[in-house]
Amino acid sequence: MIPLNVNARAVTVEAAPDTPLLWVLREHLGLTGTKYGCGVAACGACTVHLDGEAVRACSVPVGEVAGRPVTTIEGLPGGAENPLVRAWVAVQTPQCGYCQTGQIMQAATLLARSPRPSREEILEHMQGNLCRCATYNQVVDAIQHAAREA
Amino acid sequence: MSTGTTLTRRGVLAGGLAFTFTFTAGEGAAAQPGTGPLNAYVAIAPDGTITIQAPVPEMGQGTNTALPLIVAEELDADWEKVRIETAPVRAAYDSPIFRSQFVVASLSVRGYWMPLRMAGAQARRVLLDAVAARWGVPVEQLSTEPSTVVHAASGRRMSYGEVAGFARAPATLPEITPAALKPVSAFRLIGRDVARFDVPAKARGQTLFAMDVRLPGMLHATVARSPGLGARPVSHNGAALLGRPGITHVLPLDQGVAIVGERVEAVLAARRELSVQWSPGEGAAHDSEAALTSYLEDVRDATKPGVQVLRTSEPEQALAGAARVHSAEFTSDYVYHGQMEPLTCVASVTEGGVEIWAGTQWPSLVRDEAARILGIPAERVTVHMLTMGGGFGRRAAIDYAVEAVHVARAVGRPVKVMAMREDDMANAHVRPMTAHRIEVGLDAAGRITAWRHRLASDLVVPQLYGRARLEAQRGVDHIVTYHANVAHYDVPATVTQHLYREHGVRTAPWRGIGAGPNAFAVEAVVDDLARQAGTDPLAYRLALLRDARARAVVEAAGAMAEWSRPRAGTHLGIGFSKLGLPQLGEALAATVAEVAVDRAAGTLRVLRLWCAADVGLAVQPRNAMRQIESSLLWGVSSALTERLTFRDGAVQQSNFTDYEMLRAPDTPEVQVRFVGGGEVPLPVAELGLGTVAPAISNAVMAATGRRLAAIPFTQERVRAALAG
Repeated sequence: MIPLNVNARAVTVEAAPDTPLLWVLREHLGLTGTKYGCGVAACGACTVHLDGEAVRACSVPVGEVAGRPVTTIEGLPGGAENPLVRAWVAVQTPQCGYCQTGQIMQAATLLARSPRPSREEILEHMQGNLCRCATYNQVVDAIQHAAREA
Repeated sequence: MSTGTTLTRRGVLAGGLAFTFTFTAGEGAAAQPGTGPLNAYVAIAPDGTITIQAPVPEMGQGTNTALPLIVAEELDADWEKVRIETAPVRAAYDSPIFRSQFVVASLSVRGYWMPLRMAGAQARRVLLDAVAARWGVPVEQLSTEPSTVVHAASGRRMSYGEVAGFARAPATLPEITPAALKPVSAFRLIGRDVARFDVPAKARGQTLFAMDVRLPGMLHATVARSPGLGARPVSHNGAALLGRPGITHVLPLDQGVAIVGERVEAVLAARRELSVQWSPGEGAAHDSEAALTSYLEDVRDATKPGVQVLRTSEPEQALAGAARVHSAEFTSDYVYHGQMEPLTCVASVTEGGVEIWAGTQWPSLVRDEAARILGIPAERVTVHMLTMGGGFGRRAAIDYAVEAVHVARAVGRPVKVMAMREDDMANAHVRPMTAHRIEVGLDAAGRITAWRHRLASDLVVPQLYGRARLEAQRGVDHIVTYHANVAHYDVPATVTQHLYREHGVRTAPWRGIGAGPNAFAVEAVVDDLARQAGTDPLAYRLALLRDARARAVVEAAGAMAEWSRPRAGTHLGIGFSKLGLPQLGEALAATVAEVAVDRAAGTLRVLRLWCAADVGLAVQPRNAMRQIESSLLWGVSSALTERLTFRDGAVQQSNFTDYEMLRAPDTPEVQVRFVGGGEVPLPVAELGLGTVAPAISNAVMAATGRRLAAIPFTQERVRAALAG
């Protein structure tokens, strides 16, 4: 049994310590907002926060996470009223939408340290998050929208 | 299936099982009295809620907002009161173009345009008839305002919700003629942006993709797919994996081996250790480099006529009599769809039939194939059309749904069959690699007298529609050969010849279909001809285009880019392309690319794109612009980095680490503007793609005098071109 702290709730899961955090979140805990895209930390669809930093849940063994705070899209503060979520809706960023929760989780760590990021700064920060619909310009707009509203 | 769990309810929501119920997210399925179905598309509840069915699944292009909006327009609905459900798979929801529920070729809005307007108008007429009877007035005296019936003569008004308290669909629904539809000038919703229905859930991770379906007792599975068509499993080491905790089955399939288990992590771990020996398939020896060489030999060998795709006048005579012949060759490599959600399908086979949860572009075919496999009537197949985590043509093929049905039948429990990314890529259904040779005859004054385009590639049509379809089209693969012509230019004699070789490679439509490689070749040649004539490439096109709509997009793209303004360190190039079936109307686009070339490094940077597009009537203008932007950026991605290669019949790339798609830092700024217009919507979502590779190549020509003639323009190829 591995004790976890997910979205500010203590839970325990029965999983081998080398199980990727991604599958624990999705299959053991039912938090399906975190997506599987590549399994090798190359696409960012599974981005969550661990100790407040963006990580790829597909490449973090659950055994290394015991007791450390994990935040998924479901635990993003404010839910629908979160500034990034509101901005994503206002800008109408998603197309297929599959990668967008990872984009939002990645974006959140940028705004936490750079309250008024430039286009270049944003694009650089989002390098690891693939969007096959190529909504990158709308990701930029949404992050800047959120920065203005925050 | 029974309801009860949250996720099951979401499955029901996605599938839209019942018309008479209105589902409100978060409150569960609450039955409300109301009109019941006024027709296949519309039901209205006494609280005024209007439920409209979206006939095809959403894959990111926004049709699940745009299509119901067309119904709402003719119904004269208050959009704020509309709830959208995804329809079941039934003939009533077939596209008239495909006679099927099938999302492909950017034809959903175009195809459903009239049926949805008629459905909205018909539902409105049922309401009007009911009110006319109740008030004892002639129906002709009634009119509507948003969600309200009005009798102007008496000043009476009644909301649609009140009407729903007594209106019911008559046994015979009123007939609607096109004359009864609104004039375009009266549209309130169409042409004005509304918020997309699917966006709020997508921004919170609450959208149900096939990947997210969880059913009681569900097993997980993944399939190792054979490397090419016809290769079958001969032996495998699955017996050793069966003893592992959580692994329940190892199942040989027609073209793969499935590993099944209780936990996805156990299944994926076992997959990594599965090794399979395959029988040699049709493409066992396929080597893409060797095949490309043979394609080039084919297009150069004039004794091989190939399949004649298009011919006007006497091009051979004109070429023979030309004062000068310009010729050029181009190639493009295989590309992979790279949809972000790896192919996934959930199936549950019971005595009552089969239930399938899939993100598929062709739900009708999934239903029919499942019925055929199981030997049951199609009515016993339920297909839930879930939101797709990207489609782009890959999900027009239903291999993954077929496998899920087989696995579910074998294990006797619900099962989710999910591809690992590595298997998704190994099982790529590619856009065929191409080679082109274009020969242009010119007279003594430099005017074009003839154009011959010889194209060599594999085929898509037989794999998508069957070999009979190819034969019925006299061998013409309209998907691969799309835009291998200069139909919009003033060229008196033209011929397009397709020399195809099949290599046992799995193929599928890929966004933009033939326009990607073919418009690249055509538009690069047009640019070269302009330079040889000493004419500005944009002015040359305006003089050569005989179609006013085409001239308008070229002119507008030039104006947006300030074409004639000198730049410091960057150069411009232009490309023209199109999308659609000529008989249903083609959308047109021209794009200017601003490119910086680093000669020393052999790298390109695309800084800006300006695209002018004529898409007819844009039902949702902002969303249509976003779709064109997306297709433009696919153009950038496929022009610069995307490349799938085969050796010994197998795909050599394995993941996004070695198949490189556009990432944020390389994204240019994009501007899209609509010109032209009209009263009918034309295809949108793939339109920009074909314009981009030629615009980039032409910009590099402007910068360096060198022609990039092989897609993608990798660093190695750029260096070679600049050195050559």
